[in-house]
Amino acid sequence: MTRRNTRSPRSAGLTGLAGLVATTLVLTACGAGGRDDDGDGDGNGGGASDVGVTEDSVTIGGHFPLTGVAAPGYSEIPTGAKAYFDYVNANGGIHGRKIEYIVKDDGYNPTNTSKVTDELLLQDEIFAMVGGLGTPTHSAVVDQLNAEGVPDLFVSSGSLMWGDDVEARPMTFGWQPDYESEGKIIGQYVAENMPDAKVGLFLQDDDLGEDAEKGVRQFLDEEIVAVERYTSGNTDVGPQIAGLQGAGADLVLSFNTPSYTALAQLVSMKLGYKPKWFVASIGSDPNLVGSLLSQFSEGAIKDGASALEGVMTSEYIPGTDQTDDPWVQLWQKVWDEHGAKGELTNYRIYGMSHAYAFVQALQGVGEDLTREGLVEWLEENGEGLEGPQLAPFRYSADSHMGIAGMRLAEIKGDTTEPLTPVLVTDIGDAEITEDSSGQADDAPPESGIPE
Amino acid sequence: MAAAAARTARLRTALSEVTLLRHLVGAALGLLLVVLVLSAVDDFRRVQLAEMAYLGIAAGGLTVLTGLNGQLSLGHGALMAFGAYTTALLLPDRDGVPLVVVLLAAVAVTVVVGALVGVAAARLHGPYLAGATLALAVAVPGIALYFKETLGGEQGLRIIVPEAPTWADDATFFVTGQDLTPRGWIAFVAWLTLVVTYFLLANLSRSRVGRRWRAVRDDEVAAQLAGIDLARSRVSAFMVSAAAAGAAGAVLAIAVRLAAPSSFTLNLSLTLLAAVVLGGLGSLTGALTGAALLTFLPQVVTDLGREAGLDDIAAAELAPLVYGVVMVLVILLAPAGLFGTAHRAVVTRRTRRALAARAADGRASTGAPTDGSAGPTDSDPATRDSTTTTREGAQP
Repeated sequence: MTRRNTRSPRSAGLTGLAGLVATTLVLTACGAGGRDDDGDGDGNGGGASDVGVTEDSVTIGGHFPLTGVAAPGYSEIPTGAKAYFDYVNANGGIHGRKIEYIVKDDGYNPTNTSKVTDELLLQDEIFAMVGGLGTPTHSAVVDQLNAEGVPDLFVSSGSLMWGDDVEARPMTFGWQPDYESEGKIIGQYVAENMPDAKVGLFLQDDDLGEDAEKGVRQFLDEEIVAVERYTSGNTDVGPQIAGLQGAGADLVLSFNTPSYTALAQLVSMKLGYKPKWFVASIGSDPNLVGSLLSQFSEGAIKDGASALEGVMTSEYIPGTDQTDDPWVQLWQKVWDEHGAKGELTNYRIYGMSHAYAFVQALQGVGEDLTREGLVEWLEENGEGLEGPQLAPFRYSADSHMGIAGMRLAEIKGDTTEPLTPVLVTDIGDAEITEDSSGQADDAPPESGIPE
Repeated sequence: MAAAAARTARLRTALSEVTLLRHLVGAALGLLLVVLVLSAVDDFRRVQLAEMAYLGIAAGGLTVLTGLNGQLSLGHGALMAFGAYTTALLLPDRDGVPLVVVLLAAVAVTVVVGALVGVAAARLHGPYLAGATLALAVAVPGIALYFKETLGGEQGLRIIVPEAPTWADDATFFVTGQDLTPRGWIAFVAWLTLVVTYFLLANLSRSRVGRRWRAVRDDEVAAQLAGIDLARSRVSAFMVSAAAAGAAGAVLAIAVRLAAPSSFTLNLSLTLLAAVVLGGLGSLTGALTGAALLTFLPQVVTDLGREAGLDDIAAAELAPLVYGVVMVLVILLAPAGLFGTAHRAVVTRRTRRALAARAADGRASTGAPTDGSAGPTDSDPATRDSTTTTREGAQP
């Protein structure tokens, strides 16, 4: 049984082996064969700061969940940003440069975020990351971006991590109000206006819930009768809602993503649980929650948006309902001219808002665009940036925290009714004050492009 | 001249008859190819190749379990999580444990878990086994959420990969004239792990242990009559497979610099199974083929979609669609998998030619062609199976 063909394929294998060895030897001979001592191999020097920038273009990227559970709503953010960049490009770009905006799908999975960030950095060679979305996702790549000196601007998440430690993460800038400040403002409002409430907390079990709880507890402690946490991805929130109901909470402060607002509303309806709801800005978009509600209930709830009637929330940029706001009018114009299919939504406005801030920074840095120059400019001028945000940014050499505050409002029909003026604060025990910067009253320039 | 020919012939005989030698040569060649490829491509491809490596390692382990021992596991993604979290706990900062130790520790921890699961799995069959391992895939990510303090909860544990040692840096510079980039180093570690794993798996499957696994897979009663302990054989297969999954998990963790529960969902387990099925069940080369396809296909498809003028969302949605279509097509048109089908075709043709040659020599009565004619790929565990199948298929 051991007889074999005379033309054994193995002889081909041996020839191949010989060939490969020969090739390697040749390649080795071509190699440097030792290292010169003049140390010219440092690729991270000054020249590399211009990655992604040419005479007539600047390439930037972002990671967003375009598919998967987190896609509803969030996948619209980059479409809004893209529409605004297209608008700027159509008007000649910034300092002669067109903005090339590359969006990658990470499906809200940190492993994928790491992969697509490598793709953005190594293949697309982006100048900066703009608006990368999500706390668990972005935290997977924030160290890498900083280690490689890539500006990491306007992270679409309210975690403290993006701005509280400038030394550790010098290239990263936050964008929306952090969850702790939001928790503080909501906590103070409840303590002052509803002192008798039995408060329940409904929290996403990550930085979002943790930071928010820290903020809320500065003002409320004995009033809190129950704290329930859910894990993003697990769609059964029955036990948590039942827990809140069991503890007799009559005011639920919920810090969660829109899908979980819808799920929580749905379960409460099933259980006949009718507390007063206070949904943080991240999870309270009435249109999205409405459409999710009718989707989750398989059509049983027709007019989903009205399920949020009377729910309290917070706002830090004007939304689609405020049609007389000059910023919203600009966004509408941009979307009509350059938008993809679909209507202008609050998520698209969110995308346009951070796109606007980025364009403003490009405009401000000037023609010599470098990564470090961009970061320095933001640290020096960030607090005074115009824009749709109701309160100013907190950017400085010591802090990269985003928007400083928000106003509380109640959802009434298709719009919201303000409960408070714009309140600003900061992390830690910083005081909550009424905003005096007039940020909420500014208007975009005529051209719609920052000057 | 005659002496040289005799030496070549001796070497050839040695290569074909000493499995270990043949596999060693194969591994060395593989490693050489890896170094050549890694030094020729850019950093982004290195990242992708590292991804292909960890999928390949895990799929290799799974293909040994499913293809050789006949046990189906839907929980290999969860086993990878054990490897990844072990790595993350050992590498909290830059002065962490040496990578070799980390990899071995990851393998050891996963083997222990694999043994526990294997003991349960050995009592189960078909859908029940699938169900039990499915439970593993669903439950394990929950462990990280429950022990939030140590395991980092939803956000997972970040990993700081130690820098490449100076010797590796110098060796790279010596051979290629380039500096060793961190990603190049990770890709090299990933592929070195793959080569070592495949070398060990290939040896094991050609050994007595491998023959027992196959015997158990093919006919339990016959295997028992031959004195094989069914449970022991099954548990050992599960442990070996788990070891590969542990190594894969460790490589994944250092490649993506993160161990988070969302990386180890059921989706990953199914991806591994898909890699095995796409490439060809029971074959290491097939597993690697499948891993390559699953690594490169989504990115290529998304880029093509974008070039064809689709918007970002539509392009992103194209990848899962094409993945599904490819899966259906492979199962319809090449049920033995991409590599399996190609390999089978080669073996069939070679068999026919050999038969014809022998018939012409008037010596056809000596029997069917032997395993020895299977050629350079017979380090592959599938070869024996394919040959058997071919032989069966050729019989009227």
